[in-house]
Amino acid sequence: MATAAETIRLPAPHERVSARILRALGKAPVQIVLVVLGLLWLVPTFGLLITSLLPQSITTNQGWWKVFSHPSSLTWANYNAMFHNHGLLTALKTTAYIAVGNTLLIIVVGALAAYALAWLDFPGRDWIFIGVIALLVVPLQMALIPMFRLYDTFGLYDTVLGIILFHVAFGLPFAIFLLRNFFIGIPKDILESARIDGANELVIFLRLIIPLGLPAIASLAIFQFLWTWNDLIVALTFGQNVQPITVWIFGQLREFESSIDVIAPAAFISLAIPLAIFFAFQRYFVQGLLAGSVK
Amino acid sequence: MGRYVTAGLFLLPACFVLVVWVIYPALYTIVRSFFGPTGYLGHWVGIHNYKALFTTSTLTTAIKNNAIWVAVVPAFVTAIGLLFAVLTERVRWSVAFKTVVFLPMAISAFATGVTWRIMYEQDPSQGAVNALGKVVKDAVSPPGVLPSAAPSTSNVVTAHGGMVLTTPLHPGGVALLGLTAIPPDQIPKGAAQAVNPTPKPGDIVGVVWRDFKPGGGKPGVVEKGELGLPGVTVELRSSSSGKVVQSSTANADGTFEFTNVPQGTYQAGVGAKTFAKPFGGFAWLGPKLITPALLIAYIWIWAGFSMVVIAAGMAAMPRDVLEAARTDGASEWQVFRRVTVPLLAPVLSVVLITMIINVLKVFDIVLALAPESTQSNANVIALAMWRTAFGGVNDFGTGSAIAVFLFLLVIPVLALNVRRFKREV
Repeated sequence: MATAAETIRLPAPHERVSARILRALGKAPVQIVLVVLGLLWLVPTFGLLITSLLPQSITTNQGWWKVFSHPSSLTWANYNAMFHNHGLLTALKTTAYIAVGNTLLIIVVGALAAYALAWLDFPGRDWIFIGVIALLVVPLQMALIPMFRLYDTFGLYDTVLGIILFHVAFGLPFAIFLLRNFFIGIPKDILESARIDGANELVIFLRLIIPLGLPAIASLAIFQFLWTWNDLIVALTFGQNVQPITVWIFGQLREFESSIDVIAPAAFISLAIPLAIFFAFQRYFVQGLLAGSVK
Repeated sequence: MGRYVTAGLFLLPACFVLVVWVIYPALYTIVRSFFGPTGYLGHWVGIHNYKALFTTSTLTTAIKNNAIWVAVVPAFVTAIGLLFAVLTERVRWSVAFKTVVFLPMAISAFATGVTWRIMYEQDPSQGAVNALGKVVKDAVSPPGVLPSAAPSTSNVVTAHGGMVLTTPLHPGGVALLGLTAIPPDQIPKGAAQAVNPTPKPGDIVGVVWRDFKPGGGKPGVVEKGELGLPGVTVELRSSSSGKVVQSSTANADGTFEFTNVPQGTYQAGVGAKTFAKPFGGFAWLGPKLITPALLIAYIWIWAGFSMVVIAAGMAAMPRDVLEAARTDGASEWQVFRRVTVPLLAPVLSVVLITMIINVLKVFDIVLALAPESTQSNANVIALAMWRTAFGGVNDFGTGSAIAVFLFLLVIPVLALNVRRFKREV
């Protein structure tokens, strides 16, 4: 990516070959530093991947990087075993239910509230929004103990629904904040003309706001999905038999070295899905990050 | 009137969820923090739970550790992000680099913990971090030939980091340096049958050998089947000053000699280098290093976040200002220091504040990366809260007090956010 400064200094598509080589050489130190840093950043994840592909008899004796001299020791055995591991498969399914359920619910509830705070006129609107901003930073630890009791009373303890609702509540301030700030940028004329045409607010919301707000909704969806997919503390507190993948792996950690052949592939699968989502929707991810980095 | 009803209906679901799951519990937790450990409210204990925060050693450790997190992580994450953002501006493949550094952001703190636990294994042959440490350490000071050797007789003692024969020597004397506890795979290559040296006038001669043969043998005597230790550094020290006057290397049969030794009293010994232990690896997951280990892993996760936010800030920067500074003859460093950083100040502060909040709430990675044996050394406030309320102790009073304490710590940030919003409106 050429910066504006360079385009000014070198206005030459006809640049000489020698000049181009010299310029590339001048940048060589930066390139090398970045290559080294990039590799350094990849090593831990790569190490997990390789470990997950090695039999336990090897990982307890030598480092995963020795695989470069014995590539034949790589095996799918751990993954095969994993797909026959009933507990782990159930945990993956539970994780998916929680992540998808939370994401859908928070989009609906969040978008409705965000629309009201952006475009409906009523007294105290800004105060409510300030309240939402205030709730952004409330640590979820503030709710663990009381909700633990309430869930016990209302039968929500150890249920997927209970875990989802807790996530929705603590993701909601961010959702409303993100969507409201996006919705408010939608041109007023569009809404006004729809209102003059006699459309009611629900129609406007469904036909105009949702389609126009799709980029922000996509960012929100990715964030919520990743947060809940990656959550440990909520599921650990409100679940016992209902275990998402993080809690399931956590249960294995006691015997880290001796069950590394189970932990490593499970951990890799648990991060492969967020990674796939991240690569598929990278743009929305970054957008959401920039919009919400105040959280 | 209908307008208000509509607005109310749109807000209703969100308000219901926020009131039931956030506002009511938060208020309850504040009240609960003044009551005893069990029951819906328990008995009134006043500020006892808050006192416990600063007197119970597990909790003070958590607070101290969290202070370290706050002092180290936000600054490092912001600095590294800034560095990466500036560097990537100069290369064509910046997108690839950014993707790689940003990757850990998508991974859970929990999976990161598992990942780094593999990296931090103490044995350098298993843990990548210590393997790197070993490469560096061995390059700086290579391990000795005989890291585990010990004297075979009582007149050889450990001194000067190596081993010294206590029997005084004079020119023409003989030094017998017997060593044991040398495993067969550590015997130097080319070792031959050890030989009893013949005394020479004016010289001090000796032998350094593996004073052991299958079946044992007699300590202090060179016997058949016992090997010399070639390559071992032997030193001759003056008894009066303790300084090394000559040094030499043992031959294949273990013999060595110091020639033309002036009159006086001397001691012979084996140099410290011979016994240098190989790098055993740092105990990253042990009680002393666990917090630094966690900090490194956490910075690894969040550097990408900071880089992306700062890079976005840089993309929005007025290019002509930078160009003007360069035209005026400012060096790249001056441009960075005097133009880029001041212009980026708002973005940098957003990154810093976000990281402070994140670090105050840090939880998962500690639970995943720190083995159970060191979790109390690695404790942080959020984890202490969970462990107090749910991790076996089940003290809801103190647990509530810790949660409120955590909340109090983030309130300044809350105030900052609200003020920023009011300015915008």
